[in-house]
Amino acid sequence: MPDVTKTDYIKLFAHRFAILLYLIFSLFPLYWLLKIAVTPDKLLYSEGVKMWPSKLTWVNFELVFTQSEFPTFFINSAIVSSATALLTTLIAAAAGYAFCRFKFRGKLIISALLLITQMFPLVMVLAPIYKIMAPLGLTNSLLGLVIIYTAFNVPFAVFLMQSFFEGIPRDLEESAMVEGCSRFTALRKVIIPLTLPGMAATLGFVFTAAWSEMLFALMLISDSSVSTFPVGLLNFVSKFAVQWGQMMAAGVLALIPACIFFVFIQRYLVQGLTAGAVKG
Amino acid sequence: MNTAVVAIKSQKKIDFQRVLEPYLYLSPALIIIALIIITPTIVGFSYAFQSIELLNPFNGGWVGLAHFKAMFADRYFFSALGNTLDWTLISLFFQFFLGLGLALLLNRRFSGRKLVQALVFLPWAVPTFLSGLTWAWLFNPIIGILPHWMSSVGLLSEPYNILSDPQLAMYGPIVANVWFGIPFFAITLLAALQSVPSDLYEAAAIDGASPWQVFVKITLPFLAPMIAITVMLRTIWIANFADLIIVMTSGGPANSTQTLPSYIFTTAYRRLDFGYASAMAVMLLVLLLFYTAILLKMRSKLAKA
Repeated sequence: MPDVTKTDYIKLFAHRFAILLYLIFSLFPLYWLLKIAVTPDKLLYSEGVKMWPSKLTWVNFELVFTQSEFPTFFINSAIVSSATALLTTLIAAAAGYAFCRFKFRGKLIISALLLITQMFPLVMVLAPIYKIMAPLGLTNSLLGLVIIYTAFNVPFAVFLMQSFFEGIPRDLEESAMVEGCSRFTALRKVIIPLTLPGMAATLGFVFTAAWSEMLFALMLISDSSVSTFPVGLLNFVSKFAVQWGQMMAAGVLALIPACIFFVFIQRYLVQGLTAGAVKG
Repeated sequence: MNTAVVAIKSQKKIDFQRVLEPYLYLSPALIIIALIIITPTIVGFSYAFQSIELLNPFNGGWVGLAHFKAMFADRYFFSALGNTLDWTLISLFFQFFLGLGLALLLNRRFSGRKLVQALVFLPWAVPTFLSGLTWAWLFNPIIGILPHWMSSVGLLSEPYNILSDPQLAMYGPIVANVWFGIPFFAITLLAALQSVPSDLYEAAAIDGASPWQVFVKITLPFLAPMIAITVMLRTIWIANFADLIIVMTSGGPANSTQTLPSYIFTTAYRRLDFGYASAMAVMLLVLLLFYTAILLKMRSKLAKA
């Protein structure tokens, strides 16, 4: 049987090699971002396209932290994304619970409505939202962004929370209710503690989505003191088109929170993406 | 008698509570969606028939179908329509097949699989504005390596930026989109693969089926429903997705990468012509609904056959 083992080895090799190709394709752009960020400006034109520079520098990161507005943008984005994540998760947990544990009139219509909102062209509501928000003082405001992001993330988060609630056996709360708990107490004492991991995952998903949103932010924000990271970075890129090192250092900065949350929600990716098949 | 009435009354009260309770839990979600998504959508429909230019505030009022007439005379609209088709179909094709390939590779036990999985799924978590910028930089011959690679394998005559070449520019955002979208298909298809009962594979192995036969006869039929739904929803999502194009080329050079959503965004954001932008958005919505209707009809026909 030596032939069999030989083809087995070839198969094994092909499998590992294909995986290596995927790994390179996924990671190379991020590696490049990091590489340019640590390349000294002087070396960019001579060594810009080399795989690794002959000298390393942290100057770009120092400049971004001390001489630029990026710390403000970072904090603005962090505020908007965390507030959106918290608000969305609370609202979605309540709605997901209703979908999972109750039969009620209009259930199908409401869930179809949630699905449809996910398929709408976002560009359709950009102009009307601007016109509605402007007289309310919600343009150039972080609160305005939080409200919009929450609304657009709720449908997806509801599907996600619903799928987490489905995973909790009904017997648990029923036995609590038999023992004299009200439904709400059962929810509070039995169900919520069990869904905490699911809620954490929802928080992570929504945070990542809000962190990366740019169309509404571009449309609604013009004042740099309330700019979120994408708005600040894109303005910087159009103004200082040759400050490569600083742009990339800022890019690395934008990557950090998203990566942290990614590691944190990795376990729930499958559930999240099937719930949000529409969203991405 | 009396106690019975009280019992009925309290029963009614409980029923009332039971009926209302789910709506109570749902209300915050419904209220915010109604205010922030549904109302602006209806308002957006009305904008499609009005003249609303922020730069020209006195030129307001209802204009009937004027925007739609203008649209049919607007050659940028038609080129954007064609670009939307290219952008969507090419991106979807590569995202799907490379995603399926990755899912099949990961559907096997090997040491370090968890780590590999986390790393190849990472592009999905990268904020889209950053993916766009990173790929735009990679295509730049001064600081990016791609033009040099492409010229050394003979794809380009000399290392230049394809994003400034109207013939090739669209491939820039498409590559970035494929990079970003593979994990989505890989994850959903991997989940579907893992739901295929393993005794089917065992039976096929006993019968001496070839790997290709196993894939076509067992794996594919199990994946089919998942593939149908994700491809349909993903097509709509990609067609609507304008971030990468706006970041990498803002529709240029010479409108060669302008898709319908990016054209709508530019019309609203730069020209501040909300009326025309909304009319095009209504058109986009109609086209997407049309696509969905055809697909659903085809599916029900296939199911009957």
